[in-house]
Amino acid sequence: MVYFDNAATTRVKEEVLEAMLPVFTDNFGNASSTYTTPGQRARKALSDARRTVAAALNAEEREIFFTGGGSESDNWAIKGYALKNKSKGNHIITTAVEHHAVLHTCEFLEKHGFEVTYLPVDEEGAVSAEQVRAAIRPDTLLVSVMFANNEIGTINPIAEIGAVCREKGVAFHTDAVQAVGAVPIDVKAMNIDMLSASGHKFHGPKGIGVLYIKKGLRLDNLIHGGAQENGRRAGTENIPGAVGLAKALSIAVETMEEKTAKLTAMRDKIIDTILAEVPYVRLNGPRENRLPNNVSICFRYIEGESLLLSLDMKGFVVSSGSACTSGSLDPSHVLLAIGLPHEIAHGSMRVSLSGENTMEEVDAFLAELPPIVRRLREMSPLFEGVEK
Amino acid sequence: MYSEKVMEHFANPRNVGEIEDANAVGTVGNAKCGDIMKMYMKIEDGVIKDVKFKTFGCGAAIATSSMATELVKGKTIEEALELTNKAVIEALDGLPPAKIHCSVLAEDAIKAAIVDYYKRQGLEPPAGLCSGDCDACAHGHDHVME
Ligand SMILES: Cc1ncc(COP(=O)(O)O)c(C=O)c1O
Repeated sequence: MVYFDNAATTRVKEEVLEAMLPVFTDNFGNASSTYTTPGQRARKALSDARRTVAAALNAEEREIFFTGGGSESDNWAIKGYALKNKSKGNHIITTAVEHHAVLHTCEFLEKHGFEVTYLPVDEEGAVSAEQVRAAIRPDTLLVSVMFANNEIGTINPIAEIGAVCREKGVAFHTDAVQAVGAVPIDVKAMNIDMLSASGHKFHGPKGIGVLYIKKGLRLDNLIHGGAQENGRRAGTENIPGAVGLAKALSIAVETMEEKTAKLTAMRDKIIDTILAEVPYVRLNGPRENRLPNNVSICFRYIEGESLLLSLDMKGFVVSSGSACTSGSLDPSHVLLAIGLPHEIAHGSMRVSLSGENTMEEVDAFLAELPPIVRRLREMSPLFEGVEK
Repeated sequence: MYSEKVMEHFANPRNVGEIEDANAVGTVGNAKCGDIMKMYMKIEDGVIKDVKFKTFGCGAAIATSSMATELVKGKTIEEALELTNKAVIEALDGLPPAKIHCSVLAEDAIKAAIVDYYKRQGLEPPAGLCSGDCDACAHGHDHVME
């Protein structure tokens, strides 16, 4: 099987698993058991992990909070900040192409009296710092703009948006779930106040995430209970998860340069070959400012799920933003937001690579794809007459 | 998530294509919703001698089209009009709940072709038959939803 769905989730690396295993069996103590040896070992493992994550983001250890994943981090950042600071205003700015963890959180807050502006994106899926500036009002509390889009790979001008938010005195959160470990991030230089990350997107375990909260920023708690995570996120810590996330992140950051070169070469070969060899296709998202591992293409006259199934039968795992894979009647909100009509959005395919993929896999994929597209088009009533 | 039968019909769909001298053609669904089925039939002496389909849609849309053609091929018009989406689902060993609408489309496509046949013959189609041009994703007919 060739796995090209790494934006959905990634395989845990052996080194990561090895780092985690002793925490399940030997250093299994509860980090809150201050006076026992297992407790102390667990605490050390946790604080080492926190330090590693902090270093990767140019943050401080006390600014890193472990959560149950990217979705929880997004929920906590947005709900926690909005509820704690509602005396400052009730307006939130986000974008139309966020992950549902952000969009549905904002919709929830709308039901509770907050006002949300969903910024439109350009045809490549990006928002600009100028758009953010123009949308900020005296009652704006919070701006939440994703670092990189999970479907079409667009990287937003985060440092510029951070600078505008800083200038205007508005808190800035970024969902960096697809960007952490993939592109360089410096929360200080980029003026980021809160940042969400998720372990399973960079070869770490699932169910563990990070919320970076700049020191001094006040948020309500989301998970109430014990005093873990400095009293801000209750629940006995998932130390194997934190250790695994930290190990995976340190590998990702150390190998970023060579991995980026390799991924970019594979990505561009896929894009260039499809654009050259398959007619009636379009690339979604930009050529520049694009995640090095993301390819998103719409094939006209065919539907994405049937393409995905056909590829799966040949051993290639990809994903699609068609309605048939989203479980709703509409295709992906991201593809609609970049201005695609429904019928074209239904024919989307996302290939998301990882450093574990090879150029041989890419070549094998590129050999199988065009005949599959041709076969599905020959079956499609929409294609009738197109080439006659 | 799909039964083996569905995957088999998706991988090797029966009766794909067009019939040059079809005397019954029906199209249902729309591209906006992500599925369109087009059925071609050759009807002689009240019997569906040949049937072919073209489908734009997901795996279930292709598999249900294929199965529906199998279920009506060689049947009389009256027998074909008794086709239900439920029969298509059963013949495919089930469909995921989100894909039931594909079986509804397949039933409608067969019936739309037969309505077309009646019209071409200058006959009044039986009452209550869908001609296929209902322009909505959430199809509003009374069909068996499992
Ligand atoms: C951009 C983005 N945000 C948030 C999430 C949610 O992360 P998790 O699955 O860890 O809850 C994902 C992953 O699906 C994502 O791609």
